[in-house]
Amino acid sequence: MGKLIVQRLGLGVVTLALVSVLVFAGTELLPGDVAAAILGQNATPESLAALREQLGLNAGPVARYLGWAAGIVQGDLGVSLANRQPVGELLWPRFWNTMALAGYAAVIAVPLAVGLGIASAAFRGSLFDRVATLVALATVSLPEYFLGLLLILFVSVQYGLLPSLADTWSGMGLAAWLKATTLPMLVLVLVTVAQIMRMTRTTVLAVMDQPYIETAYLKGMRNGRVVLRHAAPNALAPIVNVVAFNLTYLIAGVVLVESIFNYNGLGRFMVDAVSKRDLPMVQAAAMVFAAVYVVLNLVADVAAIALNPRLRHPRAKEV
Amino acid sequence: MTLPVFGRLPLSALLGLLIVTATAALFLFGPMLAPFGQEEVLGTPFADPSAGHLLGLDQNGRDMLSRLLYGARMSVGVSLAAVLISFCIGVPLGFLAALNGGWPDLVGARLIDVIMSIPVLISALVVLQALGSSLPVLIGTIALLDSTRVFRLSRVVAQGIVVMEYAEVARLRGEGLWWMLRREILPNALPPLLAEFGMRFCFTFLFVAGLSYLGLGVQPPFADWGGMVRDNQQGILYGLYAPLFPAGAIALVTIGVNLVVDWALAGRTTVQGENR
Repeated sequence: MGKLIVQRLGLGVVTLALVSVLVFAGTELLPGDVAAAILGQNATPESLAALREQLGLNAGPVARYLGWAAGIVQGDLGVSLANRQPVGELLWPRFWNTMALAGYAAVIAVPLAVGLGIASAAFRGSLFDRVATLVALATVSLPEYFLGLLLILFVSVQYGLLPSLADTWSGMGLAAWLKATTLPMLVLVLVTVAQIMRMTRTTVLAVMDQPYIETAYLKGMRNGRVVLRHAAPNALAPIVNVVAFNLTYLIAGVVLVESIFNYNGLGRFMVDAVSKRDLPMVQAAAMVFAAVYVVLNLVADVAAIALNPRLRHPRAKEV
Repeated sequence: MTLPVFGRLPLSALLGLLIVTATAALFLFGPMLAPFGQEEVLGTPFADPSAGHLLGLDQNGRDMLSRLLYGARMSVGVSLAAVLISFCIGVPLGFLAALNGGWPDLVGARLIDVIMSIPVLISALVVLQALGSSLPVLIGTIALLDSTRVFRLSRVVAQGIVVMEYAEVARLRGEGLWWMLRREILPNALPPLLAEFGMRFCFTFLFVAGLSYLGLGVQPPFADWGGMVRDNQQGILYGLYAPLFPAGAIALVTIGVNLVVDWALAGRTTVQGENR
C-alpha cells in the first residue's frame, strides 16, 4: 500500500509540473505582447522596449519559464502589473477566504448528501427516493446565479433574514462571518448535494446487487442493517472518490458564487485579474486553483487506497 | 390524430422535447419575433411589465422580451458552434487514436489527462486573459477545451468497437482507413456520441452563460442571457424579477436538454466499450 501511495504522490508532482508548463504556455506564448497590453494606446517603441527589458521579456521562453517556475517553488508568485505589489500578498488572503467558504459548504453538503444518497438507495423505488431523484435532477440543471438570485430575492430582500452581499473583513467575529456567508454557502450546497447524492445512490445500489447482500437478506436481516453494516462499508471507497470529485467542482463553482455575492475570494480575484489582463496575477491564481484540484484528487486516490481492504492487506502476491 | 410515437413517450421526455423544440425555434426565428430592437431605449430603467412590454424594461430601459429573443440566438448559437467544432476535432482524432494506437495515441491521451486536471473554467480564464474576449476567441477556446472530453470518449468507444469480430473481419478483408472509420466505427459509435452531444451542449450552454455572467463571455452590445443576468442583477435588490427572466430561460433550456438526454439514455446506459 505504501508503495502505491508514494507512486500517486509522485504522479501528483509530475502533473503539477506539467500543469505549470501549460499555464505558462497558455499565457505567454499566445499572440499578444504583454508590454503592449500594459502600455495600451500611448506606447512608443522606446517605452515598449524599455518595459520589455524590465519585465525580462527578451529572454527565450524556456529561460523565462524556468525563472517563473523557480520563483513559484520558492513561494515567489511575481509582481502584479497593475499596482506593482507582490502577487503573494494580494493572493493568499483571498485564497483563505475561498477555502473558508468552500469548507463551510463542504461541512454541510457532504454529510447531508451522503446520508440522503444512502437513504434513497435503502428505500429504492419509494416515494422518498423518487422525490429525491427528481429534486436532484432539477437542482443540477439550475445555474448558480439562478439559485443565488432566488435566495437573495426571498431570503434577503423580502424577509431581510440574511445579507444579500457577503461582506467580510479580517477580524470579524465568527457569528458575523457565518451570517454573511450563509447565502453563498447555501448555493454551493444546493449545486453539490444533488450530484453527490445521485452518485452515492448509484454506488450503494451497485453494491446492493452483490451476492453477499442477498445472503444477508436471506439470513433474515432487516433492510436498514443490511444497508448500514454490509453495503455501506464496501461502498465507502467509491463514495470517497465521488465526494472528492464533487469537491473539485466546488472549487470551480466558487468562482461564479463569489461573483453573485461579491465575496472577496480567489475566484473574483482571478476574474478581476483576467478583465485587467494582469498576467502574473492570472498565472498565480490559475496555479493555485490547479494545485488545489490536483491535491484534492490525490487525497481521494490515497483515501480510496487506504479504505480498500484488498489493497490494505495484499494477499495475492504471497500466494 | 396523434402520432403513434407520442403515446409511448414518458411525460418528462415530452416536456423536454417541447422545450428543445421551442429553443430551436427561438434560435432560428427569435430576432424576427422581437417587437423592438436589442439596443432600443424605450423608457425608464426597470419599468414594470405592461401590455406593450410583457416582461418590462431592463436596466437601460430596453425591452426585456426583445432582448431575450435576440439573446436566444446568441446564447444558443455560440454554444452550438463550440460543441459542433469540438466534435469535429475530437471525434476523428479519437477514432484515429483508437484505430492506430502506438505512441501518438499514448502521448495524446496523457496530454489530455493533464489538460483535464485543470478545471475548465480556470483554463478558459487563462486563455481569455491572453487573447481578450471576442466571439471567435470565445467559441474557439471552449471548442478546444471541450474537444479533449470528446476525444477521450470517442477514443474509448472506438477502442471497444475495433476489437469486435466485424471490425476484425473488415481489417482482414483489407479495408482502408476511410472505410474502417466511416463504415465500421462511426455507425456503431453514433448512439453514445449523440447522447454525449446533448450533455456537452448542456454543459457548454451553462459555461458560456457563466462566462458572460462574469463579464468575460459575449460582450455588449450583443444581448445574451448570461450577460443579461449580470446587467440586471442590481434589480433583484429592489425586489424586481428582471434578472430572473434570463436566468430562468437558461435554467429551462438546460432542464429541457437534460430531460431529452435522460430519456435517450434510458434502457441503454451501458455504452459500448465503457468498462475498458
